[in-house]
Amino acid sequence: MQHALEAWLRSAATRIHEQAPALTALDQAIGDGDHGINMDRGFAAIVTALDGLPPVDPGKTDVAASADLLRLVGRTLISTVGGASGPLYGTAFLRAAAALAALPVEAPPSTPAVVVTALEAAVAGIGALGKATTGEKTMLDALVPATEAARAAVDGGADTAAVLAAARDAAAAGAAATEPMLATKGRASYLGERSIGHRDPGATSSALLVDVLAGVVADADVAV
Amino acid sequence: MATNAPTRVKKLFNKVEDIVPESLAGLAAAHPDIVTIDAANNVVLRAGGPTPGKVGLISGGGSGHEPLHGGFVGFGMLDAAAAGNVFTSPVPDQMEAATRAVDGGAGVLHIVKNYTGDVLNFQMAAELVAGEIEVASVVTNDDVAVQDSLYTAGRRGVGVTVLVEKIAGAAAEAGKSLADVTATAVKVNGQGRSMGLALSSCIVPAAGTPTFELGDDEVEVGIGIHGEPGRRREKLASVDEMAEWLVSPIVSDLGLGRGDTVLAFVNGMGGTPLIELYVAFNSVARILGGQGIAIGRSLVGNYITSLEMAGFSVTLLKLDEELIRLWDAPVHTAALRWGA
Repeated sequence: MQHALEAWLRSAATRIHEQAPALTALDQAIGDGDHGINMDRGFAAIVTALDGLPPVDPGKTDVAASADLLRLVGRTLISTVGGASGPLYGTAFLRAAAALAALPVEAPPSTPAVVVTALEAAVAGIGALGKATTGEKTMLDALVPATEAARAAVDGGADTAAVLAAARDAAAAGAAATEPMLATKGRASYLGERSIGHRDPGATSSALLVDVLAGVVADADVAV
Repeated sequence: MATNAPTRVKKLFNKVEDIVPESLAGLAAAHPDIVTIDAANNVVLRAGGPTPGKVGLISGGGSGHEPLHGGFVGFGMLDAAAAGNVFTSPVPDQMEAATRAVDGGAGVLHIVKNYTGDVLNFQMAAELVAGEIEVASVVTNDDVAVQDSLYTAGRRGVGVTVLVEKIAGAAAEAGKSLADVTATAVKVNGQGRSMGLALSSCIVPAAGTPTFELGDDEVEVGIGIHGEPGRRREKLASVDEMAEWLVSPIVSDLGLGRGDTVLAFVNGMGGTPLIELYVAFNSVARILGGQGIAIGRSLVGNYITSLEMAGFSVTLLKLDEELIRLWDAPVHTAALRWGA
């Protein structure tokens, strides 16, 4: 799992760099025009941190090593992104790390169940810190449906790739669904009615991250 | 990043990513008697370190609002200011460093503008020093253009932030306790309201394009300070008329009337010359005079800006004797100086 996470983060950094102008353009429409720039800076810092990591302690379990990695990512995002996205995404990764660290070492659940547990903790962390819920035109509008779809897939016995494919589709639909929404949280809320008709940049970057994760896991070369 | 921009935007910088640190270095080079820079954290500190026994005042936020906040570090105002990237809140590590640097043993007050990012990052910084340094915080939210309701992130912190920093700074300098300084800051925020309009947009250097497009005959009414679009768009009108758009909602929100005395603050957004700001002040003074509201103190100039945006904001603060005394107290910063 730790290798898949690292592949995801590196791949996400590339995609975010490519998409940075588009994310910034979305943010210019209803925010302050810096979302792509900030996310690009944060994920570039993650890549630098990954490059500098010592080899994983062979005595560590895969789940423990994954938790360490997620914690590093959370701290890096909080220290480099700024704005609301830094604390929100950073907290998501820290909560996911804590959820993994709390799993029973002797008998860890199946990988799909671990993935959903981490995702649920991450999304709950964003909701609690941002005091937001779905329907407010935020990243939660992509992430909550993604988490629900992933949970349903796990309960239906799906494997990790299928679970993440379900999450990806739900996140993409959720991000698209923010377009007609009236923003009530974050900087877009200052626009009132004028926020309607624009896709939320945070929901878009969230859907992008889930999309890259699903793509990496679907890639047969990366062991989950 | 700059590599994504089609052409080099016509602005003064060496490398776009160095704008904030080089601007801070310039501030320190120009005013070595007033400030020093913690370059590792992009924090402006008062020269000479913390004053033992005095409440430390820190603020911070995205850059692009100069002279806010770094220009207000100095005697009688802030002890430190954390500078984020342009229009982006600083990160918790910066405010943590600032808080530790200014702690003189009497606690530290965080002055935070009400934007989700600023609030979250300051909150995380306060958690990082919890149990070590007593931290209080005041969130400014004076922008009447935003409906304060369940349907927004709450009113934005704008012009009143400058007045809070000056007045709470004077209270701290007078040796007041953290609780008293906080109460004074809360009082100023509660008695002050603002609203602004833009005649032009602004260009975030790293983005390279205007944040919003505005027609030659249009003004954006109810703007914040981050180039974010406002609540409505109007045709350009006389300054008398435009001043009325800003003053009326403030007067009614504060419930001001005959016999009240205010501090009237006409602030430029960065791209409007002083000659026009005084024309605007003249309009504001006429409107207030017509309603029997006295101007006890005033401030005119570019103090909380939005890069090169043209336009202005009006802030009115209801005054009493305590606030007048604290406003008049000596201050010596790069951007505000009197009596010291």
